[in-house]
Amino acid sequence: MITLKDIDKVYRTERVETLALHNINLDIAQGEFVSIMGPSGCGKSTLLNLVGLLDKPTTGTLTLDGQKINGAGDKALARMRNEKLGFVFQSFHLVPDLTVLDNVEIPLLYRRMTAADRRKHALAALDRVGLASRVHHFPTQLSGGQQQRVAIARAIVGKPTIVLADEPTGNLDSAMGDEIMSILEELNSKDQTTIVMVTHDDRFAERTSRTVRLFDGRQVA
Amino acid sequence: MRNTSLKLAFKVLARRKVFTAISLVGITLTLVILMVAAAIFDNTFGAAAPESRIGRMLFVRTVGMYGPNSSNTSNPGYGFLERTIRNLPGAENVSVYGEAMTSVIYDRGRRIEAQTTRADGAYWQILDFKFVEGAPFTAADDAGDRRVAVISEPLRDRVFGRKPAVGRSINLGGQSYRVTGVVTAVPPTRIAAYSEVWVPIGALSSEQRRAFMGPFNGLVLARSRWDFKGLKREFASRVAREPNADPKEYKEIRAGLDSSFEAFARQVTGNRVARPALFLGSILAGAALLFMSLPALNLITLNLSRIMERSPEIGVRKAFGAPRRALVAQFVAENVVLTLIGGAIGFVLAFAFLRALDASALLPDSRLDLNLRVFGYGVLIAVFFGILSGVYPAWKMSRLHPVDALRGGSL
Repeated sequence: MITLKDIDKVYRTERVETLALHNINLDIAQGEFVSIMGPSGCGKSTLLNLVGLLDKPTTGTLTLDGQKINGAGDKALARMRNEKLGFVFQSFHLVPDLTVLDNVEIPLLYRRMTAADRRKHALAALDRVGLASRVHHFPTQLSGGQQQRVAIARAIVGKPTIVLADEPTGNLDSAMGDEIMSILEELNSKDQTTIVMVTHDDRFAERTSRTVRLFDGRQVA
Repeated sequence: MRNTSLKLAFKVLARRKVFTAISLVGITLTLVILMVAAAIFDNTFGAAAPESRIGRMLFVRTVGMYGPNSSNTSNPGYGFLERTIRNLPGAENVSVYGEAMTSVIYDRGRRIEAQTTRADGAYWQILDFKFVEGAPFTAADDAGDRRVAVISEPLRDRVFGRKPAVGRSINLGGQSYRVTGVVTAVPPTRIAAYSEVWVPIGALSSEQRRAFMGPFNGLVLARSRWDFKGLKREFASRVAREPNADPKEYKEIRAGLDSSFEAFARQVTGNRVARPALFLGSILAGAALLFMSLPALNLITLNLSRIMERSPEIGVRKAFGAPRRALVAQFVAENVVLTLIGGAIGFVLAFAFLRALDASALLPDSRLDLNLRVFGYGVLIAVFFGILSGVYPAWKMSRLHPVDALRGGSL
């Protein structure tokens, strides 16, 4: 499903060259729940951004659903992100000016779909994360855990095959973190959605099917 | 525009009150000035009584002879107009009328200055004056050199004290004229209709009847605008046949059968450019653009800082597959909503300003309306301003790297 081969990622400024990832080789099969662990600055988020097509590798090849990504244009990448990927961020990144329902509809705005269909799908996604009663609330009216559930609803509303979660429990207390983890586990087991999750928490990493460990940009396990 | 985008646009504006207020002040002031300019332009060149059919009217207001060392530019003479605009194919009616000139009315020891225009009978058929009393003088009055006059309502009030004037006489430059009709006031911005007193052209000397230059203007009412091209072509061929009175001094005769704006542009440019309307139109459009550019630059700067605030939202939209085009469209649409709000406020302020201008003595007898056409210009100006000030920030925003945008971004 996802294949990274000999991936290097180098960030260059006028004076400094930083090797963020070096020689990453990774295969993630459909339906896997993979966690990525490592100390701060080891390249976890960089790796997730590459898999999420938000960034491009400096060298190496990235294959998603059998399709080579290298050389794809911005438009093609945007379409692939819209159709195949869903994102959950540590700080939720909900649009504060929009209601919960409007936030969840965002990925569907970039598809050919009627407003009624968008609404139907968004309501179904919110129902799935247990927030059907909060659709007209604004993000600031919700707890952190509820906001992250909205973010998960937004990530799954377009029925992506892969969900990428960047420390989804990082800003939550352990109880809420558990709640979010359970939703992700259910997504993985029931829908066979592939999940790649960056985490610092061993407890959550243990609940995934495999853990990839990074250190100084290198894959160590 | 999607409902969600529209909702977001209003919410963003409502949440960032200071930004919205500062932006709106700049937008509103700019649009007020442009709308007032558009209203003056429309009230000068747009269709309004007595020039309701101005869309079918063509004018000859300037002729000139040009040589390497000298030139001579003037209004056309009666003879030139007779030779060049009479019996033009495609013309429904043709009139010759004089340039408005100041004359003096003597009334019981009072000396009243009034703008006076000489006109033929066809003038009253082409222009639709509103008569509050009586009727216009006729072609027979003109041919018979009768001393008759039409006066404006404000002049009647000054001379006769709001009493009926038809049948009574005025002493115009020492000669007595019988008033046949009284018309409502005509704004001074109307190119052919403005005057306070109209009298027949009357008897002309044979020299005046042949004159190339003089104090007259030509007015042609075409059957439709589609006839303009043919009319202009025939006019040009007739001008080309005009005899050159002084071939040693002058090499070229130049005149145009012009729309109202073309005629104005020809006068302003001294009949020296080949396409005066395009020339003047470009200058005016350039000036309007320049005038808009300063507040637009200000708005661009404000918008760029606003983008920075909304960087995570842009990152999220990009992550979920928003193509650049959609982001540009969203941001430009938000900006157009802002400028349309500014336009609506500007429209109200421009209306008040024009009312005050009409009431003031600055433009006597002016009737500067904000009609549906000017409203249309206002909407167009606001949308153009919105696009002008929104496109660059939107383009910059759309080029934000999604990872940078999610982190808080830098342009």
